[in-house]
Amino acid sequence: MYQILKQIVKTGIVTEPAPLPDAALRALEQRLGQVILGHFGRALAIRHVDAGSCNGCELEIHAMNSPFYNLEGLGIKFVASPRHADMLLVTGPVSRNMETALRRAWEATPDPKLVVAIGDCGCTGGIFGESYASCGRVSNVIPVDVAVPGCPPTPVAILQGILTAITPGRR
Amino acid sequence: MSKAFKELGLEATPLAGAMPAFCASVPAAELRGLCEQARARKARLVALWGSDETERRAGYALHLALGFPSGLLWASVPLSREDPHYPGIADIYPSANRMQRATADLLGILPSADADRRKWLRHGAWPEGVFPLRKSVESAARFAPGPDNYPFVRVEGEGVHEIPVGPVHAGTIEPGHFRFSIVGEKILRLEERLGYKHKGIEKRFEQMTLEQGAKLAGRVSGDSTVAYAWAYAMAVEGATGTEPPRRALALRGILLELERIANHLGDLGYLGNDVSLSFGFFQFWRLKEDLLRTHAQLFGHRYLMDAIVPGGVTRDLPRAAGESLTAHLERIEREVATLKSIYDEHAGAQDRFIMTGQVTPELAERMGLTGLAARASGIARDLRVDYPIPPWQQFDPRTASHTRGDVAARVAVRFDEVFESMRLVQALVQKLPPGDIRAPVAAAAAGARGLGWIEGWRGEVLIALETAGSNRIHRLHPHDPSWQNWPLLEHAVHGNIVPDFPLINKSFNLSYSGTDL
Repeated sequence: MYQILKQIVKTGIVTEPAPLPDAALRALEQRLGQVILGHFGRALAIRHVDAGSCNGCELEIHAMNSPFYNLEGLGIKFVASPRHADMLLVTGPVSRNMETALRRAWEATPDPKLVVAIGDCGCTGGIFGESYASCGRVSNVIPVDVAVPGCPPTPVAILQGILTAITPGRR
Repeated sequence: MSKAFKELGLEATPLAGAMPAFCASVPAAELRGLCEQARARKARLVALWGSDETERRAGYALHLALGFPSGLLWASVPLSREDPHYPGIADIYPSANRMQRATADLLGILPSADADRRKWLRHGAWPEGVFPLRKSVESAARFAPGPDNYPFVRVEGEGVHEIPVGPVHAGTIEPGHFRFSIVGEKILRLEERLGYKHKGIEKRFEQMTLEQGAKLAGRVSGDSTVAYAWAYAMAVEGATGTEPPRRALALRGILLELERIANHLGDLGYLGNDVSLSFGFFQFWRLKEDLLRTHAQLFGHRYLMDAIVPGGVTRDLPRAAGESLTAHLERIEREVATLKSIYDEHAGAQDRFIMTGQVTPELAERMGLTGLAARASGIARDLRVDYPIPPWQQFDPRTASHTRGDVAARVAVRFDEVFESMRLVQALVQKLPPGDIRAPVAAAAAGARGLGWIEGWRGEVLIALETAGSNRIHRLHPHDPSWQNWPLLEHAVHGNIVPDFPLINKSFNLSYSGTDL
């Protein structure tokens, strides 16, 4: 126990300030009112759905949970079911084998809900494109509010996308 | 060298490239005999795939990569256009089962009737009787989605019930379906159903030039982007007769070991997290994030994507940058040593790690376990050690080896490999040869073959390439070690409790994308 406490004290607090929202990431106009956004802003529950990525974007979503970004300090947490979520964070080109599962996860998420598409593949289909096995970008399957490009986007970029989705404002 | 193959009655011709490799054509009737003899000589099945040769006035072909002590044997079995079938080999090499089924789904190349002929990669995205990797099927083809109706094995008996999990999981994990049959809280049986991420990678390669393919290879499994990019570059260099500069090879070695360190740090954090030691998660992910930022600074990408290309690497490491990298690694190394002593002495963590999710050395050998999981189950194999080509030769990499095959052993292998990779990076940086970092890539003749075979952090990654005309790809098969290891996860959970599944799964940390393709 002494070793653990010593290491914690030695490490100190490494958290960095959060990025500001960026309206350029919007794919749709903000559909939610100020009051709802006010609630989300302090307690946002996110369900991540990997719809067919190469797992690169997952690495950065994991990294976003590192102490550098202190998500819970911003009122953001990942939840285990779409039924508990306010937002879906979707990665990958949507593989045809995941199309139904993604649609069901979206339907299971209670309204009002937000969708943030992560990565070049989520934004455009990326290098995998559309084919017999891939539906391409996320918005080909479910409506997307904010799309964050990058291969993969950094944790700061993903966080910025999430904050943009819960901020009032125009495109 | 090829004497070993003569004894098998094979006319094997050496294949140009960095790794020792040989090609041979084997009639279908002799396939099982070859596999039996290979198995008796301790050769392992590295990969199995198929190809469509109908545009070359032939039928189809089945391909096997067998790992012999003297090198890799790429055996091709020509099959007829009208009835492409072959005798299955899953009773000799159990890991062939899912590869045979995937080959059947994509190309309609079938193992004999006594083999397991259930579908694998095909869910409902294309109908039975359509084989998307055949040349006659357009990549842009669309099929009406149909039901999956996968025949899961049902366990019956008093008190047995099923828990279906996925494809969408509770954490940030790739999609796949796990069906547990349990009694009380004990797992009686686990059946995996993968293929959800199938996005047509192999078909996509066939639309690309050799140059374009490098980027896609680096995205077969994002967490192993360096291993895949190097394997791809090695295959292209073999097929085109390109010799990468020695400095580029040393830089590739540095990149590969950095990828290994970063992944092991992340996994060690999650393994702490999964036994409620969240202190471990935050500490290791702080170190990992630090390292990723250093990657971005020195090589332009946090995961080192696109740093390796056919012919060499895209970024040099100047002396000052190399020194700052080694100094940074020394700092991380000291912290990892502290964290290791905390993990080792943490009774709660060790209680969960020890004897959980065990794969005995006998089972591992029989089923063909590979990579870091194999090194935790007494199989001390590592391509960097077994075939010490440049840049490894002069640095004498040491293989981690543990025998208990439980979560604790897989944790121990990760710690050992983090320290060894740090030593290797420091040595490589110190002895970085002078010279260019990239050589021009010659044009490839149609029908040229190349092999890339790299010990990634998870295990051996293989790229088998055959070129078409105009520098394009006729067929490319990327093989992830997860093909071999996923079936062992089904065994490792036997008799364990359901709540330990996430821990056991994490201790293997297998790739879905790499096997769903």
